[in-house]
Amino acid sequence: MQTSTLFALLLLLILVAYGAGISRALTVAHKRGGLRKLAALPGYYGSYTALWCGLPALLLLGTWLIFDDAIIRALVMDRIADKPDTIAGQNLLYAQIQNLASGRLIGDAAPQLQEAALQLNRLRTGSRNLQAALSLILAVGLGAFALLRFSPELRAREKVEQVLRWVLLTCACAAIFTTVGILLSVLFESLRFFQTVSLTEFLFGLHWSPQMALRADQVGSSGAFGAVPLITGTLMVSVIAMFVAVPVGLMSAIYLAEYASKRVRALAKPVLEILAGVPTVVYGFFAALTVAPFVRDLAASLGLQASSESALAAGLVMGVMIIPFVSSLSDDVINAVPQSLRDGALGLGSTRSETVRKVVIPAALPGIVGGVLLAVSRAIGETMIVVMAAGLTANLTANPLESVTTVTVQIVTLLVGDQEFDSPKTLAAFALGLMLFISTLMLNFVALHVVKKYREQYD
Amino acid sequence: MTDTNRNLTQEQVRQRIEQHLASRHRKEKVFRGLGIASVAFGILAVLVLFTDIISKGSGAFVQSAIQLEVTYDPLVLGIDKVDEESLTWANFTGVIREALRERFPKVQSRSEKRELYSLVSSGAPFTLRKRLQSDPELLGKTQTVWLTADDDVDTFVKSLSDSKEGFRGRTSDQKAEWIQQLIDSGELKKRFNTTFFTQGDSREPEQAGIRAALLGSFFTLLVTLVLSFPIGVAAAIYLEEYAPKNKWTDLIEVNINNLAAVPSIVFGLLGLAIFINFFELPRSAPLVGGLVLTLMTLPTIIISSRAALKAVPPSIREAALGLGASRMQTIFHHVLPLAMPGMLTGAIIGMAQALGETAPLLMIGMVAFIVDVPTGITDPATVLPVQIFLWADSPERAFVERTSAAIMVLLSFLIAMNTAAVLLRKKLERRW
Repeated sequence: MQTSTLFALLLLLILVAYGAGISRALTVAHKRGGLRKLAALPGYYGSYTALWCGLPALLLLGTWLIFDDAIIRALVMDRIADKPDTIAGQNLLYAQIQNLASGRLIGDAAPQLQEAALQLNRLRTGSRNLQAALSLILAVGLGAFALLRFSPELRAREKVEQVLRWVLLTCACAAIFTTVGILLSVLFESLRFFQTVSLTEFLFGLHWSPQMALRADQVGSSGAFGAVPLITGTLMVSVIAMFVAVPVGLMSAIYLAEYASKRVRALAKPVLEILAGVPTVVYGFFAALTVAPFVRDLAASLGLQASSESALAAGLVMGVMIIPFVSSLSDDVINAVPQSLRDGALGLGSTRSETVRKVVIPAALPGIVGGVLLAVSRAIGETMIVVMAAGLTANLTANPLESVTTVTVQIVTLLVGDQEFDSPKTLAAFALGLMLFISTLMLNFVALHVVKKYREQYD
Repeated sequence: MTDTNRNLTQEQVRQRIEQHLASRHRKEKVFRGLGIASVAFGILAVLVLFTDIISKGSGAFVQSAIQLEVTYDPLVLGIDKVDEESLTWANFTGVIREALRERFPKVQSRSEKRELYSLVSSGAPFTLRKRLQSDPELLGKTQTVWLTADDDVDTFVKSLSDSKEGFRGRTSDQKAEWIQQLIDSGELKKRFNTTFFTQGDSREPEQAGIRAALLGSFFTLLVTLVLSFPIGVAAAIYLEEYAPKNKWTDLIEVNINNLAAVPSIVFGLLGLAIFINFFELPRSAPLVGGLVLTLMTLPTIIISSRAALKAVPPSIREAALGLGASRMQTIFHHVLPLAMPGMLTGAIIGMAQALGETAPLLMIGMVAFIVDVPTGITDPATVLPVQIFLWADSPERAFVERTSAAIMVLLSFLIAMNTAAVLLRKKLERRW
């Protein structure tokens, strides 16, 4: 039976169970003389029966679907006498068997493989039948059990609510599952990467050219995995972005909060927010096709040599992207500074700008610093702009007119397209991802801590 | 005040104060000017970005087409009846070439002919095939048809309006002359570009469209919405209404806040390692894309849903509880309906974010070159932002125009979604 039909069948069963629960409750109530004799409303008896019927069966089906492929593979591979030693070889062999089994591979194959393919098909059919039978039996059986257990004294509502509460808790834990998932996925692959490339080489090596040899005696076969050029490239682009975003964002937040009339504020703020809503791929296109040539021509007219994929262009556009981020975060903290502080300063005769510079900003500083840190973490993790507008070659330079590459660009270039999962080249992307995750996590952590601490001050 | 000050006359003191005051006021003006300049810079950036995209992309909504007298000659086509099999083999290219030679009878040499044939898009034979398929009577007859021009021709024609010379590119003098002739006689016109909205991706700019990408985006967002909205709302309910204040809850909260700031590309790594390598879900599928985007948008939805729940006054809960409703009944019958508009607003904003996201989808293989329009959530597909990324990489000049047009479509969807969110909030949100 197809999995989708099985699902549909289960859903149908659940509906039937719901109806049966309700009608059972209604008949019993009728006999006893009114709904008041029941411990819960009939709908809850329906849900109760439906939960018994559906939940265990669906859970079983889910676990089955997750693990069946792995188990079948283990069973099939177990039978094969002379397996290749490497994981890649085994993968290849298994893929061959799979193709044989589905009839996509026609031709002569070793009898051993033919047999394995037959076995694979047998196991698959068996597994599918067993899964259908088991989950249907479970659904019907437990649904019937719930119906049999029915009594007017049964506190169905409490039970249903208990289950619902667990469901809510599970959903709330989704965030934790995600974090654990991210950590596990990058950690495992990174550990495998660090088995071939040492941690010190990765962190302090000055050369990045991630290629692996096809043959052992190939020229330049070693490949270099020194992440320093990537880190400096990332930092350079981020610093340029911050040079644009922080002054502009902060000053516009100050102007809108302290000077602008209500009308100007109502008009200018949404326009600035538009910048935050534009997808990054659009900024990337803009950077690559409009800003980068402009920067190159401008540099040429000044007698400078600029690459057409300069760090400056990517950084400038990234800065524009981050402006609304900085300005809305600073706006929040500036507005949180109590009016009495401003009134005090103005009352002592200071001008508005003096009030802002000497009173408001120092009071809001921790919040602003926190906001800037968040903005930095965003700049470091930004991908599309640099993928489209910055270069691919790792270049250890301090000249913003040259092309540099960043951590995110390398992750994308290493992972787009077909990969094999045991070459250091692919695994390097995960190591870079781990580095990115840890650094942004730390920045966020510090930033949130600073912002939170500051907010409590005036509350 | 120091002794020196005491010796000054009143006039001198006033002068000093005025000088000082003048410089302070000057500083005030400069500061204010900087503020105005910053706001202006931001607004200017928006304007430049939009005018740049619109000026580059508006051309893509029209496309040059060439009018030709086409004869469905059975001899040239090499078929004698119209059916499935003969249509696959029929030589429609020959028919078009014949028509072009008839239109420009002076063309003799081989290289000239090649030039001539390249006036019409390589997709034009399919147009003819479709026509013949829908009307088999046409076989042996002559018909006037508009055929899509090649992208080089299109680019040249469009650039003519900017300057007299126009952008030549690969267009030779001879070809330019023919094009001019066709324009003068009204046989070459710019018509609304339906291909752009009805076709999938193509290597030929004049045949490339965004339909496949739009549907891919639709399926991906569908998966995202179906998963992230219920899970996000449930999580928000638990955290806001049930969670005891303890370390466990704190951990969940810190996690949500941190996830909201994790770079999107890291979610792509998660999708690649877990969904594709571990669970062996199909590559390039909207299903996986939707799962990854769900994880990405969950924090946004949870945070906004919690704010919406918080905004419902406690008196509502107390009234319901006081009338004997259980906690769950209070929440699902009273609090949730009141918080729904706020939650929906958050969901729309989260969906808008997901619609514009590119980086994580590159990781899970949605970047492949896919021509077919997807029909389900497990078909290989690409999404609109990824399509933009792919086209932006293509060298043909005509693709720049189409990339910008695709960006315009994407931006109009985003603007529509955000406007809907704002309107929804204004219309349905209650203030207590």
